[in-house]
This record gives sequence, structure tokens and C-alpha cells, in this order.
Amino acid sequence: MTYLIDRRLQGKNKSAVNRERFLRRYKAQIKDAVGRAIKGRSITDVENGEKVSIPVKDVSEPHFGHAHGGVWETVNPGNTEYQKGDTINRPRGGGGGAGRGKAGNSEQTTEDDFIFELSREEFMNYFFEDLELPNMVKTQLTQVVEYKNQRAGYNISGTPSNIHVLRSLRGALGRRIAVGGPSRKQLTALEHQLRDLQEQGVEDDDPIVLDLKHKIHHLHTRLLAIPFIDPIDLRYSNRIKIPKPSTAAVMFCIMDVSGSMDESRKDTAKRFFILLYLFLKRVYEHIDVVFIRHHTAAAEVDENEFFHSRESGGTVVSSALHLLNKVISERYSNGDWNSYVAQASDGDNWDNDSVLCRQILTNAIMPKVQYYTYVEITDGPPQNLWEQYAEVAATHQNFAMQKIVTPADIYPVFRELFKKQPK
Amino acid sequence: MPRDPNNPRALPEQSEWTFDLIEQAHEEIRRVARKFGLDTYPNQLEIITAEQMMDAYTSVGMPVSYNHWSFGKHFLTTEKSYKRGQMGLAYEIVINSNPCIAYLMEENSLTMQALVIAHAAYGHNSFFKGNYLFRTWTDADAIVDYMVFAKNYIAECEQRHGIDAVEELLDSCHAIQNYGVDRYKRPAKLSVAQEAARQKEREEYMQSQVNELWRTLPRREEQIKDQPPPRFPPEPEENLLYFIEKYAPLLEPWQRELVRITRKISQYFYPQRQTQVMNEGWATFWHYTILQELYKEGIVGDGFMLEFLQSHTNVVYQPPATSPYYNGINPYALGFAMMTDIKRICEDPTDEDRVWFPDIAGSDWLKTLDFAMRNFKDESFIAQYLSPKLIREFHFFAVLDDDRSDKLTISAIHDEAGYRYVRQQLADQYNIGNREPNIQVWQVNTRDDRALTLRHTQFQRRPLNQQAHEVLKHVARLWGFDVRLETVDPSGRVVSSLECRREKRARY
Repeated sequence: MTYLIDRRLQGKNKSAVNRERFLRRYKAQIKDAVGRAIKGRSITDVENGEKVSIPVKDVSEPHFGHAHGGVWETVNPGNTEYQKGDTINRPRGGGGGAGRGKAGNSEQTTEDDFIFELSREEFMNYFFEDLELPNMVKTQLTQVVEYKNQRAGYNISGTPSNIHVLRSLRGALGRRIAVGGPSRKQLTALEHQLRDLQEQGVEDDDPIVLDLKHKIHHLHTRLLAIPFIDPIDLRYSNRIKIPKPSTAAVMFCIMDVSGSMDESRKDTAKRFFILLYLFLKRVYEHIDVVFIRHHTAAAEVDENEFFHSRESGGTVVSSALHLLNKVISERYSNGDWNSYVAQASDGDNWDNDSVLCRQILTNAIMPKVQYYTYVEITDGPPQNLWEQYAEVAATHQNFAMQKIVTPADIYPVFRELFKKQPK
Repeated sequence: MPRDPNNPRALPEQSEWTFDLIEQAHEEIRRVARKFGLDTYPNQLEIITAEQMMDAYTSVGMPVSYNHWSFGKHFLTTEKSYKRGQMGLAYEIVINSNPCIAYLMEENSLTMQALVIAHAAYGHNSFFKGNYLFRTWTDADAIVDYMVFAKNYIAECEQRHGIDAVEELLDSCHAIQNYGVDRYKRPAKLSVAQEAARQKEREEYMQSQVNELWRTLPRREEQIKDQPPPRFPPEPEENLLYFIEKYAPLLEPWQRELVRITRKISQYFYPQRQTQVMNEGWATFWHYTILQELYKEGIVGDGFMLEFLQSHTNVVYQPPATSPYYNGINPYALGFAMMTDIKRICEDPTDEDRVWFPDIAGSDWLKTLDFAMRNFKDESFIAQYLSPKLIREFHFFAVLDDDRSDKLTISAIHDEAGYRYVRQQLADQYNIGNREPNIQVWQVNTRDDRALTLRHTQFQRRPLNQQAHEVLKHVARLWGFDVRLETVDPSGRVVSSLECRREKRARY
């Protein structure tokens, strides 16, 4: 009695729970490793999974065993040179080769780390653990999930009203050409033959001619029998329901591109923006990103220009804030949008402009945005812009500011800016 | 004879399998296996994906198992090397159960499926059913059900006592799982229904036993003062998990049951640890023999045979000790060579064989091989059947490594003077008693601090590994009080000791 069972469709991922148990047990170590990994690489590919390593001694499962020492006598295969009684030097490093216990028992097993891969999802969870989006819940809960119908190519089944005529006929034509091909070729050949014979003056009732005519007639019939359209030709327009973004966010990136912002500062700012983007992406289904750059005047640009074009000259921060205010009012003012602003600057500004900035923020912008973060990329002392912004921070909970000195600060600063707020 | 297209039973020359073709191939293999007299449990062949193979492989090869982080760790390791392409997955996993479950991976070709069926479903299967260790120690009828019981019970414990508490306890049990087997006592066979029914009863009974041992009230008058208390345990106990299950003072009933579950599973796998060479050798011998037979009958063709032989050759390759790939003796290679050699000695003995194996030279090979399969474990099998011819073919040599001398000594090689010595040494190498340190429960201080003393009887002056202290902590966690591990030399003198002190708990 034998059973042959197809198990392929059931019980995949039986180890998922055990894997989860493993991650749970080593949570602290994995979080450390994730932290190290982020420092070590560019944030642009932060969204992939990550190789994580944990010291072997932490994950090892101890067992009683023998260590090297005392007397060991082992039998090995493959002798080519030895005779009984030969002596050989002990391999260095306490053994290896002959005379060792099981590898798992020996003391000198390599102390490489235990390395494994976190999935993207797992990685992001560790990455963003303990972070939350301030004031996020409010607008999110008021939204309802809506679906909209969208075209999604063609299908081989469907209701008659959805038949796509052009596609179906195209398929039918292809089929007729393919199916009729051999017969048509044969037919042409036979007709040639017949014409040749007739030109040679062969009589119409000659048996060869009659036979050819008969064959030609037969092929004609066969070709006519190919249906013009067949059920397998039919194509239906396919429509699927997709969820309409129920929560939408807009993220504004504002950067100072005056001469004092060099490439490395821009790069630091970029990493900060990307981090914010990834963070938002975990929460919102749809995110618009608006790039505003400024020196003495501000402009809305695309991402490429935002990061890569060079400018020189002085700095008027308020120009960017005016533009920001304008864009929010014109495009993102209806209740569907959660607005986040990230501003990066080296702190330079025209003296009397900084006060203006504080006023625009307080009066116009802060009421309209979910959260406003300001990072100052500098190792210098605070200047007037910082001082004015500090006043905004003092009066607005949804305003946060931090200083970044080196790229390594980005992540800690980010965490600081978005740390879970006490309930 | 190549495949005969006119033979109605011939398998088509194609590498893709279908369910019909597997059934057909299996039918032929079954027929040939029966012809050779292989006695098996009924077979259950299951087609699974590579991912499922990894799942199966990482939970001790069982179709069901309880959850534990160490299985997750094992999974991550397997997954990593599989994805990197360092390792092919095992072609097969076979479970010692009735019916015998063999997994076939979907990405195998038809040839590989046939190989796996012959190897697992007839080779291993008949070994499980026939070998005396499996017959004595395992109950193929009940294991899958028992694992279901274990999984459910442990999941329930996690609900009641929290994942951490269960995980801690299992960690400690796993650390001494190899010391959870009875080597001599024979377990009573119990069905799962009985097991579940008796589980409750057992809890109460065991607790009462423990209470009796640890009673704090003074015993009655017959107790005479100043007389040293009787030794406990009266005889050293080799089964650490059993001793803990039965006598650990502080374990809750559910904890005792968990100790018992890990002990039962360990016991179940004990025969496998002792019959690696034989079991793999037997299965390899039979997949080879059965498929050769199908080729002779014209049922499979040249292409099939070439693919099969390539896999087979890889499996039985033994790199020499000097090779960078050398990783000890390949049990498939040694086992297959020995099984084949026994057949040779029966069918076509040389003068040397007649001297060394007077009983089997010229005998019926099927009967002789069957007898060998049933009545030995690796150690005794090698001691009994390893022939001088094979010692020569493998170029075996024995190396003596004594840490009191500066150099290693070649103590024997594959020559007339060395055959018996090499054979005995190789056999000893498979003796679990030599491979694992001999550690037993020695004494419990029943009157005072309840400390537990374990004894490690040194073998050939070999020291314990550094993990021993970690393991001792686990023992102490289970025991609940101080634990000491004494190492004694063969004369009984204590040469060293390790200790793990428990912090005194508030409840005592």
C-alpha cells in the first residue's frame, strides 16, 4: 500500500515561527547589528534586507564534549606515504587533521560570526522601531478606504460587454494565418502547376488536370472551413479594483543651495531626506515629494536638479518659506493631505531675514503642517537663524530641530527628531 | 541491456517527472525490492518544494515539531548556504514512522526521484523496520502522533507560562539531550492515546515521589542519629534527563513533562546516531542494486543510468585525509563499500576472505546481508565485517596522538600486521561511549544543600570541552540547586572539578 501525496501547496513556511522565535531571542543583538549596518552603508539602499551578524558564542548551544588533549587514536583514509611506527609533527594550532574530536566539540572552531539575512520587512521594523510619526494618527483615522476601478490589460474570460474587439480580431487574424499557412502554400503550388499545364495546352479533361482541380477544390474548402473567429480569439478588457490612497502625505524638502553648502553637506541633507521619505512610506500609501531649493531666491525643482545643480551667492531663507506656504495653499490645502517639511541648511542667513522666517512659520506654515523638522549641517556655533527657530520650537510641539555635524549623526538625529512621544 | 522501447513497462527517456511516471517508477522499484526480499513499512511519498524541504530539515526532520529558536537558527543557516549555492539540499528526508514518510523534492528529475524512492522508501525504510536498535528503541507507529502531542502540549505551556519560561527550560533540556537516553533499559511502548491519558496521572504521581524524597519532616524513630544517610541515588544514573524529571526538587509538573518530551525525542534518535554507516550504507547499496536491476531488465535507459551513476558516485566519494575537502570518513562511502564487499565475499570469495570470514564466504549473499543489517550497530558491524581488502582500498591508517609525546605516531597501516588493529580502532571510533564524555549522576546531598554531583569518568585522559561550564549552568537551572561536576581518572581519583552555584532562592 503506497500513498503519493502532493504537499507542495500546503504548509509552506513552517519555520516562520521558529525564525520569529530566533529574532525575538536576539532582538538586542540584531538591533545593534542593524545600527552598525546603517552607519556602514549609504542610506539610498537602506530599503533592502540586510545581512546581520551575531557573535557565535551568543547563539551557540553548549553540549558536553571532549576537548583536544589526552590520547586520541583515529583511523583515516588515503595513506600514501606512512609506514607503521613513523612519527610526524603535530599540526600546529593544537591539531586539525588527525586526532581531533568532532568539529562541533573542538575549542578552536573558527569564531566567525553567525550571519544571516533579515528580510526587507524585518529590517525596516528594527530600523524604525521606537519611532513614530507625531500627529499622524489624527488625519489617518478620518479617512475611509475607497476603491477605484482601473484597467489592467486583457483577460481571456469575461462578460460579453467587455469584449475587446480589436484585440480579439487581431488574435483571430493571427490564428487564421497560422492555421491556414500550410494549406495556402500547398494551394499556391498546385495553382502554379495547373497554370503551367494549361499553358502547355493540356486538355481540361486530362486526368492530371482533373486531379489537380480536385485537390485545389479540396484545399479551398479546407481554407474556407477555418472559422473567422473562434472562442479562443476572444479577449476581454480586464478591470481590477485598486485601493485609492486613503492616506496621502506630502513631503517638502527644502534645501539651501547657496555657495556655502558644499557637496558633502548636500549629501548629508540628502540622506536625511531619504530617511524621512522611507519613514513616511511605511505609513502612507501615497506620498508626494516637493523639492524647494533656495539661495537668495527660491524655486520648485525636480529631484535631479535639487541635488545636483550648483549655485553661488547669498542666502535668504524666507524666500523658500514663502514659496512653501504658497505651494501648500494652492495644492495641498484640502483636508486629504498630511504635510511634512524637512529643511536643511548650514545656518547662514541674512541677518534681518531670520526674524521674518520665524514670523512666516508661526503665522502661516505651522498651523498647516503635521510636522516640521529643521537640521542644521554645521560644526559652527549657532547663528541667528537657529536662535529664531528655537523660539518657534518653544511654542510649537510639531516643530523639531537638530544639529548634524557628520553623516554618522544622521540616524541618531533622525531618531531624536522622531522619537516616540510620551503619551 | 539498454532500455527496450518495445517493453511496455519501460520508462520514457525524459527528465521531467509526472505523478504517473513516479507511480510507474515506484511500482517497478517496489517489485524489484520485493524480489530481493526487502521488508518495509508501507510507504508514503510526499512531493514537496525546496522551501518545505528546508522546513522539514530544520526541525529535526520531523513532519511536526514544537517551536523553538534553535530550529529557527538552523533554518537561517540552511537557507543562507542554500541561497548562496554552497550546498544542495538533501535529496531526501525519510522518517522512521509507520507508514514511512519519504519526501521527494519537486525540482528533482525523474531519475533522482527514482533514486530517492529506492534509497529512502526501500533502503532506509527496511532498515528502520529490520535493525534491532530501531526495533527495540523506537515505535514507528506512534512517533508522529507523539510529536503532535508534544507540539500541542508545549504550545499550551507557552500560553499558560509564557514563551520565555518554556524556552529557558527547553534550552536547558537541549543542552543535555544526548544524556537523555537509556542505553540498556528498554522503554515500554505506549500509544499516544495512553500517553495523553497517563500524562495527568503521571504528574501527580511524580510529584508525590519527589515530595517523599525531599520531605523535611523528621522521619520516624527507626531513624538512628549519626548514621550517615543512605547514598542517593544508590547506583550512578546515566540518564541525566530522566533523573531530573524524576527527582529535581523544584520543577513544576509541566516542567517535568517538558523534560520528559525532550528525553523521549532524544531516545527516539539514539539508534540513528549509532547506525549512520550501516543505515546509509544499506540504503545506498539498495538504491544502487535496485536501479542496476531495472537497467538490466530494460526498464530504464542509458541516459537515466548515466545521470543516476553521476549522483551515486558523488555520494560515495571519499576524499583522502590529505585533501582539503577531507571532513572525516564519509558514512555513505564506508557503508556502501562494506555492504558491497559482503556481497562479494559471499559470491566470489578469495583465499584471504575464506580465512577471515569462514562463516560467510560462499554463503547466500541476501541472507548474510539481511542478517548483518538486523543484528549490528556501526561499532560491531565494522568490527565484524570490515575486510582486509577494504582496508587496503581505503588506504586506512591509524594515527596515535598522545599529548605526552611531541609527535604523532602512525600506529598501524593497511598491511598484514595492521588489519586487525585498524579494524578495531575504526570500530571503537564509532562507539558512542567513547565519542561522548561519560558523565553520570553520582550523588545528591539529600540532607543539606541538595547539591547534585555529576561524575565524568575520563577516557584516555581526554579533557572536557570549554562549553562544559555553560552546560553545567543549564543542569543547575533544571536541578534548582548547586551542581558540581567531578572528573575522575580510571582509578576513581578526582582530578578536577567544575561547580555551578545557584543563587539561593527566596522560597528556601
